[in-house]
Amino acid sequence: MFKIVVCVKAVPDPKEACNIKIDPATKTLMRCDVPMVLNPLDKYALEAALQFKAEFDAHISVLSMGPPEAGNIVKECLALGADRGFLLSDRAFAGADAFATAYTLAKGIEKNGPYDVVFCGMASSDGSTEWVGPEIATFLKIPVVTRIKEIVEYNGQWWTVKAELENGYRLVRVQIPAVFTVTRELNTPRRLSFSGIIKARKKEITRWGIQELGVPEESVGLKGSPSMVSTIASMDSRRKVEILEGKREEKAEQLVQRLVNAGVI
Amino acid sequence: MIDFTFTEEQEMFRKAAQEFAETQVAPKVPEMEKTGKASQDLVKAMAEAEMMALTIPEEYGGLGLGYTARFIALEEISKVSVAAGMMLQVFALGIEPILKFGSDAQKKNFLPGLATGERLASTAVTETTGGSDPTGIRSTYKKDGEDYILNGRKCFITNSHIADTITVLAKDDENPKAFSTFILEKGMEGFKATHEENKVGMRGCNTGELAYENCRVPKENLVGVEGKGLGVALAAIGDVGRGGMVACALGLQAACLEVSVKFANERILYGKPISRLQTIQNKLADMKIDLEAGRLLGYKAASMQDKGERSSNEFAVAKYFTTEAAQRAAKMASDIHGGYGCMEEYAVSRYMRDSFVLGPSAGTSDIMKVIIARWTLS
Repeated sequence: MFKIVVCVKAVPDPKEACNIKIDPATKTLMRCDVPMVLNPLDKYALEAALQFKAEFDAHISVLSMGPPEAGNIVKECLALGADRGFLLSDRAFAGADAFATAYTLAKGIEKNGPYDVVFCGMASSDGSTEWVGPEIATFLKIPVVTRIKEIVEYNGQWWTVKAELENGYRLVRVQIPAVFTVTRELNTPRRLSFSGIIKARKKEITRWGIQELGVPEESVGLKGSPSMVSTIASMDSRRKVEILEGKREEKAEQLVQRLVNAGVI
Repeated sequence: MIDFTFTEEQEMFRKAAQEFAETQVAPKVPEMEKTGKASQDLVKAMAEAEMMALTIPEEYGGLGLGYTARFIALEEISKVSVAAGMMLQVFALGIEPILKFGSDAQKKNFLPGLATGERLASTAVTETTGGSDPTGIRSTYKKDGEDYILNGRKCFITNSHIADTITVLAKDDENPKAFSTFILEKGMEGFKATHEENKVGMRGCNTGELAYENCRVPKENLVGVEGKGLGVALAAIGDVGRGGMVACALGLQAACLEVSVKFANERILYGKPISRLQTIQNKLADMKIDLEAGRLLGYKAASMQDKGERSSNEFAVAKYFTTEAAQRAAKMASDIHGGYGCMEEYAVSRYMRDSFVLGPSAGTSDIMKVIIARWTLS
C-alpha cells in the first residue's frame, strides 16, 4: 500500500487578519483572540493525497506540530478523508523556527514508519517562509520539489510534476520518496462533509511529545531554532486619489497610460 | 452542572455548514432575489451536501445527526440566506411526520429518497380558514374502499411547487372533529400546485398553494392512526417547524450584527469610525444581547429535542424572542447603514424584508404568546 504523509499547521484564521496583532517585544503573533484554522495551503496538500487515494490503494497520515488545540485541525483532516492523525505536541516544541519545526516533523514522519510521498502546503499563512517543506526533505535525506502546480504522471517510483515559476513552470521528473510543496493551482480542495465528520469518529489521533519522539531537548522548539525574527513590520498602505481632467476619450487614454506606467497592464 | 460548550464534532458541523453557505448558497442569492424562484442548482447542492439527511436515521439512508446539528446547519445557512434556510427547514418539517409517526413500510418507502434529496418534502396544514388554528381547515377526506378521497386547498405552503412528498392534514368528511394526515405525492391524479406567491422577503424560497380535487390516496399513505392526524401535524410544526424558524432567525440576527460591525468600523463621521459613537455602540450592544439570549433559548430547546423531550413550548418562547429580535436587528442594522441601508446593493435591505417574513412563519408572535401563556397557566 502506498503511504502518504501530509504535514499540516494550525494558523490564525486569515479571515480575521485585521484582528491579528504582533507582539512588539517577542515579534510573534498574538493569537489569543483569533480562532485557529487549518492552514489554507495545507488543504491543497491534503487534497492532492486524497485524489491519489481515490485512484490507488493508499493510506494517508496527517502530521501536525502544535499546541493541544491543534488537534482540532488534525481531526478536520480526518473528516476530510485522511486515515490517521498525529499531533506532535509538547511544551518543549514551543517557539520553534522553520528549521526546528521541520526537524520535529521529520522525526515524526520517521517514527510513523515507511512513507512514499510527503505533501506540504507551499507556505503557512502566518509564517510564510516556504522553508519547512524543503527542510523536512533535508532531514529525511530525500528529494523535494517546491511549488508544484500539477502532478503530470505517477509512474511507479518516478513522478512527473510541474513546479511553478514566476513566468511559467518547470517540468520535473523525480524519484520518490520525495517531498512536494503545493500551490493553490494544484487542485480544488473538497469541503467538509457531514458524513466525513461522522466517519472521523472512528479515526485515531496519536499524540507524541518529546519523549515519544526520542529527540534531545536542545534540538527542538526555541532551543533548537538557529534563526530568530529580529523585527517584523506591518505594511503601510494608503490610497492615492487623482482626478483626471478632459473629455471622456482623453481621460480613458490618460487612465490607460497611468496603468501602463504603474505596470498594472 | 450545565455545559454550554459545543462539542468538537458540533464545531465541525458548523464549519461544514459555513463552508457550504459561503461557497454554494451565497453565489445563488442575487438570482433568487431577482426571480423570487427557488434555485434548482441550490437544491441539488443541498442534496449533495447531505443537508436533507441530517435528521433521518442511518438505517433509512440518513445521517442520524439529530436536531442540534440541524439547528447549527440552519443557523449558518440563514446567516447567508434566510430563504435558503427556510427552504431547508421545511424539507425537514415535511420529513418529520413520516419519521415520528410513519409505519416501517412508509419509512422504508419514503425516507431514503428524502435523505438523498432525490425527493423533496414539505408539509401542508394552513388554509385560508385555519393555520395556527388547524381545526379551522376545510380540506376533507372520505373513505372509499381501501382508499381515501381528498378534496381541498392549502395556502402559504413552503416548497409547494418543488416538493415531491407532502404530508397533508385533512378532516373527516363525516366527522368534523376527526383529522388525519396523508402523504401526497407529486403526480397523483387530482393533486397539483397552483398559485405561486410573490413574497416581499425570503425571495427564492418557494411558497404557494396546493389543490387536491377528488384525489385518491391509498391507505398505505395514511400517517399514524386515522382520526389522530392533528397530533401528527402539531407535533411536527411545534418542534421541528418552530425550531427551524428559531435557527433561521438567529442566522439573520448574526448576519445583521456582522454587517453592522463592519460598516460601523469603516464609516467615518466627525473624523472617526461611527463605531466610536455611543449611540451606535448602544445598537450593537442590543443586537449582541439579543443574539446571545436567543442562542441560549434556541440551543436549549434543540438539546431537549435531541433527548426526545417535548420542546414545542420552549421553542415557542425561542421563536417569539428570536423572530422579534431579528426584526429589531434588521431595523438597527438598517439605521446604522443610514441611506445605504435603503439600497439594494447592501444586504441589510434584504435582511429587513426577510425579517418580516420570519414573524408569521410557523405561527405569529401573537400566537406564540397564546401558546406560552397556555403553558404558563397550565
